[in-house]
Amino acid sequence: MNWQALVLSLRLAATVSLVLLLIALPLAYWLAYTRWRWKFLLESIVALPLVLPPTVLGFYALIALGPRGFLGQVSQKLFGHSLAFTFTGLVVASLLYSLPFAVQPLIASFESLDRRLLDAAAVLGANRTRTFFTVIVPLSLPGLLTAVVLSFAHTLGEFGVVLMVGGNLPGVTRTVSIDIYDRVQALDYASAHQMALLLLLISFVVLSIVYGVNRRVWSPWPAR
Amino acid sequence: MTLIAKIRKEYRTANSSPFLLDVDLQFARGFTILFGPSGSGKSTLLDCIAGLATPDEGRISLGDDVLFDSGAKRISLPPQNRRVAYVFQSLALFPHLSIEKNIAYGLANIPADDRRARIEQILSAFHIEPLRQRKPAQLSGGEQQRVALARSLVTQPRLLLLDEPLTGLDAGLRRKTLVDLRDWNGANNIPILYVTHNRDEVDAIGERVVTLAQGRVQDSGRPGAVLDTPRSVALAQAAGFENLLHGIVLEHRPSDGVMRVAFSLSNRELEIPLGPAPKGTSVQIAVRAGDILLATEPPKSISARNILPGTILSLELRGTLFTVQVDAGLVFTVHVTPGAVRSLHLAAGQQVWLVLKTHSCRLVA
Repeated sequence: MNWQALVLSLRLAATVSLVLLLIALPLAYWLAYTRWRWKFLLESIVALPLVLPPTVLGFYALIALGPRGFLGQVSQKLFGHSLAFTFTGLVVASLLYSLPFAVQPLIASFESLDRRLLDAAAVLGANRTRTFFTVIVPLSLPGLLTAVVLSFAHTLGEFGVVLMVGGNLPGVTRTVSIDIYDRVQALDYASAHQMALLLLLISFVVLSIVYGVNRRVWSPWPAR
Repeated sequence: MTLIAKIRKEYRTANSSPFLLDVDLQFARGFTILFGPSGSGKSTLLDCIAGLATPDEGRISLGDDVLFDSGAKRISLPPQNRRVAYVFQSLALFPHLSIEKNIAYGLANIPADDRRARIEQILSAFHIEPLRQRKPAQLSGGEQQRVALARSLVTQPRLLLLDEPLTGLDAGLRRKTLVDLRDWNGANNIPILYVTHNRDEVDAIGERVVTLAQGRVQDSGRPGAVLDTPRSVALAQAAGFENLLHGIVLEHRPSDGVMRVAFSLSNRELEIPLGPAPKGTSVQIAVRAGDILLATEPPKSISARNILPGTILSLELRGTLFTVQVDAGLVFTVHVTPGAVRSLHLAAGQQVWLVLKTHSCRLVA
């Protein structure tokens, strides 16, 4: 059992799901309530990682994070190295990769709220920020949990993006899924099986939490 | 403090082409009832006044304060700054907050001592002190309605908008809640706009009525005067006239103050109060089901001028009243009490006589 890879995977998934929540909350709020006519373009961009092969996403992430990419150059100036093949680079790429898994459950739960509750808050003098934190968020807790858990589980299981952006550095970028791949390549099926089964069990438990709390089945873009 | 609302706005209802809401209204202190069938623009009007919807054109002012003006110097105060209270049909209580926290929601910007005092005062004014720790879902419909009123009024608004807030309450509970609301307004004296499409509620409040149909004001005045002479078919239906009959004016008898109307599909005639329809024109007559008497023998020596023989088609108990369909050449709907059904042994197929006073038959313009 490669504990180092497991700890790295869990650390990556936890970091990504929490940072993603901070990004997804305002983004989902805006997408759920705006009447901007081109919002479908942004919805498509957010949903892209659902359909793109991870290698495509990983490829562009690698270019952006590498020494010649925009983010890579910013990092070079600040920290003296680019983001390719680093843990931070993995986090940035995973944020993109798991974005729809955080945004979509939030939009679904924001849109299912009774609009009159928001009207009532406005008439009672609450501005948008107060309405958001005192009405929208408390009434969307199941959606929030779904968003965190799904992005956690999705990041935990990613392979292609990690391989493209992170490579295979033990303790830095060698996550569980990479480790399993390595072992299979080396024909070490017994230990590959151990790791694979563990990942399977973790994913099952995590999804059980989501479906247990939220009776409604998660689906891509909510019906409206 | 008078509300003046001059509003033009195109609005849509669930399944119809867009209507134009086009009104110019003044509301003084005290109750005004806005009455109209669903889809007449009542809720759109309230949304515009509260700032939840924006008129295409117009001006809304409350006393000296302009809430909205589409003129050269455009003004549109956000709902947060209007100090207008609004109780929605759905009430919109915050389900995750206790009753006390619901009521405190609009008092975020005042000192804690003052807030507590105001909450205590409003809880006692609406008799809901024992509910303070509960969640909205644990309350009955009537209790929820009281809490919604209290939550709105505790903010000391300058105007109160009520969108069918007492619908679904039985008459006794409704009266109690109205008494509390009147008591509160005795001290505060603000304009209250009360929207309803329920005739019983209008009669229970009994104050100035403005009738709205298809986005336009039809009439205004005392409930009796306005609703008993409905200006449109939609309003007649909403005002509880179960019988709408199409006929042709036969003759005028100005000396008696009446005219006779014939009904094309049968050879029946009705005497109705003299109205503005010339002889030979087709008219609609509205009759409330509760204004028709049923007799099992031909009535004699009676002042009512319209007596029609007929046969009972069906009887159906609805709530506390029987709805009886009678074929008298035309099919009439008649309301009778269960006691009357028992003592007259009313049953389908039975021969009966309908008795209609001249003044129970209203001409619909």
